[in-house]
Amino acid sequence: MTLTSHAAPAAGPAAKAKRGRRPAALGALLRNRLAVVALALLAVLLVAAVFAPLLAPADPNTQDLLMRLKPPAWQHGGSTAHLLGTDQLGRDMLSRVIYGTRVSLLVGAGAALLAGVIGTVVGLAAGYFGGWPDRVLMRLADVQLAFPSILLALAIVGFFGSGLWYVILVLGITGWVSYARVVRSEVMSLRSRDFVTEARAIGVTDVAIMRRHLLPNVMAPLATIGTLHVAAAIVAEASLSYLGLGVPKETVTWGSMLADGQLYLGTSWWVAVFPGIALMLTSLAVNITGDALRDVADPKAYRR
Amino acid sequence: MTTDAGTAPKTRRPLLELAGLRKEFGGRHGTVAVDDVSLTVGEGETLALVGESGCGKTTLTRLLLRLEQPTAGTVRFDGQDLGALAPAELRRLRRQFQVVLQDPYSSMNPRLTISAIVAEPMVTHDPEARGRNGRRQIRERVGALLESVGLDGGIQDRYPHEFSGGQRQRVSIARALAVEPRLVVLDEPTSALDVSVQARILDLLAELQQRRGLTYFFVSHNLAVVQQVADRIAVMRQGRLVEVGEAAQVLRDPQHPYTRQLLDAVPVPDPRRGRRARAAAGADAATAGGTGGGSGGAGHGGPATAGGGR
Amino acid sequence: MTTDKPMTTGSKPTAEPVLEIADLSVDFRLDTTTVHAVRGVGLRLAQGETLAVVGESGSGKTATALSVLRLNPQPPCVYAGGRILFDGRDLLTLSEKQLGAIRGQDIAMVFQDPMTSLDPLRRVGAQVAEVLRHHRGLSRAEADAAAVEALDEVGIPDPERRFRQYPHELSGGLRQRVMIAGALVGRPRVLIADEPTTALDVTVQRQILDLLVSLQERHGMAVLLITHDLGVVAETADRVAVMHQGRVVETGDVLDVFHRPADDYTRRLLAATPRLELA
Repeated sequence: MTLTSHAAPAAGPAAKAKRGRRPAALGALLRNRLAVVALALLAVLLVAAVFAPLLAPADPNTQDLLMRLKPPAWQHGGSTAHLLGTDQLGRDMLSRVIYGTRVSLLVGAGAALLAGVIGTVVGLAAGYFGGWPDRVLMRLADVQLAFPSILLALAIVGFFGSGLWYVILVLGITGWVSYARVVRSEVMSLRSRDFVTEARAIGVTDVAIMRRHLLPNVMAPLATIGTLHVAAAIVAEASLSYLGLGVPKETVTWGSMLADGQLYLGTSWWVAVFPGIALMLTSLAVNITGDALRDVADPKAYRR
Repeated sequence: MTTDAGTAPKTRRPLLELAGLRKEFGGRHGTVAVDDVSLTVGEGETLALVGESGCGKTTLTRLLLRLEQPTAGTVRFDGQDLGALAPAELRRLRRQFQVVLQDPYSSMNPRLTISAIVAEPMVTHDPEARGRNGRRQIRERVGALLESVGLDGGIQDRYPHEFSGGQRQRVSIARALAVEPRLVVLDEPTSALDVSVQARILDLLAELQQRRGLTYFFVSHNLAVVQQVADRIAVMRQGRLVEVGEAAQVLRDPQHPYTRQLLDAVPVPDPRRGRRARAAAGADAATAGGTGGGSGGAGHGGPATAGGGR
Repeated sequence: MTTDKPMTTGSKPTAEPVLEIADLSVDFRLDTTTVHAVRGVGLRLAQGETLAVVGESGSGKTATALSVLRLNPQPPCVYAGGRILFDGRDLLTLSEKQLGAIRGQDIAMVFQDPMTSLDPLRRVGAQVAEVLRHHRGLSRAEADAAAVEALDEVGIPDPERRFRQYPHELSGGLRQRVMIAGALVGRPRVLIADEPTTALDVTVQRQILDLLVSLQERHGMAVLLITHDLGVVAETADRVAVMHQGRVVETGDVLDVFHRPADDYTRRLLAATPRLELA
């Protein structure tokens, strides 16, 4: 989600003004120590995803049944060859966690972005125009909610085949309703605010009103839903993959690792716990960053 | 009464003409917010629309700004029927009538800079104000506008929340003047302000009107303010105009009992003419009941106060 | 001026004050700064008189009024100094429990916006009766009967029916009457009215002001009226205190302050006030 994009409105002079202000915004962001930690963590994850082949000590899919379910290095029976131990097929956990970053980040961000875009457009239109467009769009949202997402996933997989992009498509399509609902209710209250009335009286077009006046003011709740959705989508990918509707077996994801690991929780906790920790840290970092960006994007927050 | 006396004095060319305006809300058993309103505003004059909350003055304002469609009747601006214009034509005509709303806190997008706020009408209406060249031009024009309303031209990059109510209202006025309109609709422009600030804003409005030959449609509930600014006054009640006339005449010699009632209700900032004076007038009748509480106007707050319900 | 004296018994300096605010200072401690909202304010409110505190936004008038019952939000508010004496006790040092016995009973408040100070989900009658059940321990039937009587007293027509209605079913004027009924039903000795008519239309404002005046005369309570409107002051007050930037810049009899203002700010305020001249 491009949280900062709204800070550059279409108006000419403002764009120039913004350039002078951005350091202030960045400064405010960097003064927030928690946000700096979260940003650093996100950067590490991004690096891990991009350079996974260089960072991972082993191939994530190389099986070694003789070495299966070895504990992490610091535990009795562990070895430095597999720092985080191995899973039930003897694959190196550390390598799998690193490789898992790729799909999980992509699925999380992609699904949240797709759902966010669909939901925002629908919510803006429904809230701003009201009347029959609102009724039609909101009925559509009800239908979407009533429709089992597994059925939709089956339909998409049956129609297009499975794969990473279809996972994102499924999760994006099933997730947009909450964005649309929130945006719609925010817009309905904003629409009666005087600055929207004045913009209409000035003769500003509907599209420009939505872009300049409404969108920036619904960014805060959007960011909140978006950051939660990222984490939810990463987990949801696991269930899809578990049902065979997600990414192919040989693609490593945290979700599928979690699903595998739960069978061994009683005996070999590390198989589930490490991807779980990775997932938790990711969603925490995304949430904190989202909050911080939201604060910084509000002009009231760092002036005065 | 004088519902059809809305014609402008002969000396003024009519700029805004409302004819038989009616607005109903909510279907068959709905309410009539504006009922058969006809009114003409001449170029260069200030017409004040006076009424209490719920009288329909907000709806009437929205009708004449064409933010709402009337159920019946027409709004003509400079002879053109707003209802007959294509959307693009209406948008183009909008540069000639601008609006300043009551609440300077909600009338500005908190996420935009002062410059972007004031420039919005220019960006909307002047193609040359867009793009790279437009930016420099806009900065100059916005700076000049801010100075013309008594603000520092250097505040362009700041945000609305950094300013007081009075300063924001000046920004609103600067925005309304950005594309050199002929008519400015002022909807309770000083009601949210402190009195000392209010006085300065009213002075500014008068000065701008004189300098630019503006026409004002001034909506207010405050008769003391209206007296200062209005050439003519239209009194609205329950969706209808009950009285329209020259300001001095309406205030001095109201024809409709409701106008009289409004005038009597205005608190007078003079203790000799306020409660004590009236108490003194009624004191003889009430001396027997003069309880310990200072003045003895027991006659007030009697059965006459039982209204209140709407 | 002397001819008016008989009507201003409340302002006689000999009158024993029922409420005395002495050297009150109120700070609002925010994240980065401290706002000194009230700086050494002193006010004396005598039995049966109306003292108007007038000022513009940010003058500290509302913070002063809310301090009497310690209703400023804490934090960020800090009562930095001074005393508020009522019945020989300093309200600023009482426990919450002791103060709770005074709130609504001995000292009652009416706020600007009756829509936000009434609970939208409860019938108005129950809200008026609450004070009596809480403070006097009346039975439900007794409290309800007293509440209907109170609604009647503030000029609400058909009080039995209104008693059972919800706030949204009433007009702004009627809601403010309900608030006043709720404030007066406990027979307070001091009524603090914070901009009681600001949210109302002029014709309704006139009725509410008249109502306040007549109720005060009937019950003899002292009224502390907070307002920004010099017109309202002139129409209702015996004495006036002008506040500016947290301080009382001038205090005195209304006639004196309006006609011989001693302070420069008072003069400017008077000059800026629009008046309807119908001569």
